[in-house]
Amino acid sequence: MRAFSHLLDRLILTPQRNGKLRLLKDYFTTTPDPERGLALAVITGQLNLPSAKPAMLRDLIQSRMDPVLFALSYDYVGDLAETISLAWPEKASPDLPNSDLHLSDIVETLVKTSRRETPALVEAWLDRSDSSVRYALLKLLTGGLRVGVSARLAKTALAQLGEHDVDEIEEIWHGLEPPYETLFAWVEGTGPRPENDNPAPFRPAMLAHPIQDDDFTKLDAGDFGAEFKWDGIRVQASAGLALDGTLKRALYSRTGEDIARAFPDLMEALDADMTIDGELLVLIEGRVQPFNVLQQRLNRKTVSAKMMRAYPAHIRAYDLLVEKGTDLRAQPFSERRKRLEQAVASLATSRIDISPLVNFDTWDAVAAARQTPADHGAGVDADAVEGLMLKRWDSAYVPGRPKGPWFKWKRDPLSVDAVLMYAQRGHGKRSSFYSDYTFGVWRDEELVPVGKAYFGFTDDELKEIDRFVRNNTINRFGPVREVTHSQEVGLVLEVAFEGLNRSTRHKSGVAMRFPRIARLRWDKPPAEADRLESLEALLPREDRV
Amino acid sequence: MRFDDWLHPTPKGLYCPPGDFYIDPVKPVARALITHGHADHARPGHTSVLASQQTLDIMALRYGEGHAEHTQDIAYGVQQTIGDVSVSFHPAGHVLGSAQIAVNYKGKRIVASGDYKRADDPTCLSFEPVPCDVFITEATFALPVFRHPDDRQEIQKLLTSVAQFPERAHLVGAYALGKAQRVIALLREAGYDETIFIHGAMQKLCDYYQSQGVDLGPLAPATLEKGKKGNFAGAIVVGPPSAFADKWARRFPDPIAAFASGWMQVRQRAKQRGVELPLILSDHCDWDELLATIREIDPEEVWITHGREDALTRWCELNNYTARPLSLVGYEEEAE
Repeated sequence: MRAFSHLLDRLILTPQRNGKLRLLKDYFTTTPDPERGLALAVITGQLNLPSAKPAMLRDLIQSRMDPVLFALSYDYVGDLAETISLAWPEKASPDLPNSDLHLSDIVETLVKTSRRETPALVEAWLDRSDSSVRYALLKLLTGGLRVGVSARLAKTALAQLGEHDVDEIEEIWHGLEPPYETLFAWVEGTGPRPENDNPAPFRPAMLAHPIQDDDFTKLDAGDFGAEFKWDGIRVQASAGLALDGTLKRALYSRTGEDIARAFPDLMEALDADMTIDGELLVLIEGRVQPFNVLQQRLNRKTVSAKMMRAYPAHIRAYDLLVEKGTDLRAQPFSERRKRLEQAVASLATSRIDISPLVNFDTWDAVAAARQTPADHGAGVDADAVEGLMLKRWDSAYVPGRPKGPWFKWKRDPLSVDAVLMYAQRGHGKRSSFYSDYTFGVWRDEELVPVGKAYFGFTDDELKEIDRFVRNNTINRFGPVREVTHSQEVGLVLEVAFEGLNRSTRHKSGVAMRFPRIARLRWDKPPAEADRLESLEALLPREDRV
Repeated sequence: MRFDDWLHPTPKGLYCPPGDFYIDPVKPVARALITHGHADHARPGHTSVLASQQTLDIMALRYGEGHAEHTQDIAYGVQQTIGDVSVSFHPAGHVLGSAQIAVNYKGKRIVASGDYKRADDPTCLSFEPVPCDVFITEATFALPVFRHPDDRQEIQKLLTSVAQFPERAHLVGAYALGKAQRVIALLREAGYDETIFIHGAMQKLCDYYQSQGVDLGPLAPATLEKGKKGNFAGAIVVGPPSAFADKWARRFPDPIAAFASGWMQVRQRAKQRGVELPLILSDHCDWDELLATIREIDPEEVWITHGREDALTRWCELNNYTARPLSLVGYEEEAE
């Protein structure tokens, strides 16, 4: 537990991906089974431990400590688990076992402990831990480590232990259980590749590269099929027959996270032995809803009947990976597409439909479809088209992002001229640079923040902005600086973004998707930056006031 | 006669009428007694200063020889009469030369401990408890959440990270007087014998510590020949915390920001400052040390200055000590 708690302490404060990978790999290398496998399960969210309520923890500490002193401490630290881990008054008793607590002890004991016995158990654990272990333990018990490591990143670290590709791990992941001893043995080269006996496993997704202008001259339009790229969430709906003949179903995100529990409506519709690659959308009266409507259904553990009625989930199918136990991924796209059309047609549901192909014979015709999707098959749903996907008819379905078989051709990004308002220092290589920017647009006479961006600029541009920030600071809030942003003086940034939604969280009432700095407009006086009204005009029709 | 008739806070600092002097005054005064060399306690411009020889040396290094009209040094444990009172200085364990000041008047004694710590420190003498009627204690880390871990364990965290990320420079933010030298001395104690690079602002103080017999091993200025960032890969660089937010830090390859401070105990605080590797190393008492010190000295009254007075006052009430917060202004909470 000590090694695990030190790992968490470091991960919380390590912003860089490579730094996190190094820390995880070192931990996996130096920690024995089953401890490391349980740690992996905790980080990837695969352990469902009976949780402890904050009120119980509060009672525990107040039985040992003056409530006024506790309140002063909590007020200062701001986080319950951290306050308790730091302030916990250890009993100065020499007969307490000084040995390290193991994750495996905790997991095994918790599973067989009744809720009534939990407080005494937790108290005993807190007594035999130091503050770092107490913190890890309390975060484990209250759920939510928040160390900034995705399941995908943890699996990537594991893959790198044995120079494997992370997709090889994804392929077998959903058939394995903590503490993953066979998986560790395989990546370390001491055991065979574990078999995946999950009848509805995740197959790592195939991704596309953005198409470049000069690609068109090298490619033959006749070799490609084209389809719309819908503005939803890429998912994989997987169903397969278990040994007992029942149909097991799952819904995976692009990164292999199982999200089926939040979509019972879709799972019911997926009533045949097949694995579909498609886009998760919300459809109301046959029309695709904007992304922020879909968001109501995302990031939930469960879903109410009311929710499902208000926001009916839908899959628009792109590809067919497996059908009746036959893996089709090595087949050409043309063949998979044919079988997809038949397979979707055979389903007795309107919740799963097929994404239509775009008819074309020249690249110019494709360009026209991208420009005006409404006239090329998208009809009233044209607002929900993010761009086009171009897929070679002869392409096999391979995990990852191979160069050549698939391209994405997005619609031109939206852009706005905004004024830099606040800047924050970055991390790692950027730790001495102001590299995170909050920008705003005009509403009447004042600027309202509309978003934050921290990439899109070149290294040279970063230096220029940094110099501007340092020379024009008017206020400091910890690592954040407010810079001059008057009508006359200020820095105008051309910000590109993918879409715009209503947001109650921002003062401006709008939220950008995927904003990045496209250009620095040193030439433009701040007074000429865009106004909020021009941004509001870009909102999906339903969201306009 | 009440204690605060002969020692009490004023806007200029803690004043003793029968001796007509101030302790650690924040404004220029005729006669100042100074506990230690940190800038918020030792200021230039007094007419006469009484302090330990090392504190006087440090003041001269920082402000020049002419920082006061007259200076007089006093050895630890020696009684000196000033007006109607007698004073003596005793080690405080805070930084090199730091002292508690005991003031005796009509058979009673008040000890102004300045800043102090109880943890072992290879760069200065340990705190010496002095029996007294009133103990004036600092309260920088006076909350039950501040419990400083073993300093050797903290230094080990730094060495582990250096081994784990050998291609990155480790920038250790440390207060230029005391903390920086303690970090370096602890690294040496842990067997680290590579050259340690220091920021220019620390050179004079490090030289002074070495001249006083504190062995800091090989040090070199963290200067850069243009285009040779790789020179600092795997190196440990010690500098004042403010320098790491500055352009100065750009010379290092993909640096890891470490910070040696008692504030690093709270994760959010580390995160807000952009610190990746917090080293919980403090030159102040933690909560347990404050309580142990009060119990050990067992004074009639406890006076509490700069920091979190309310928590320590509360604890004193619960434990039957007469406590009172002294509202002294001008001491920086952040100074660590």
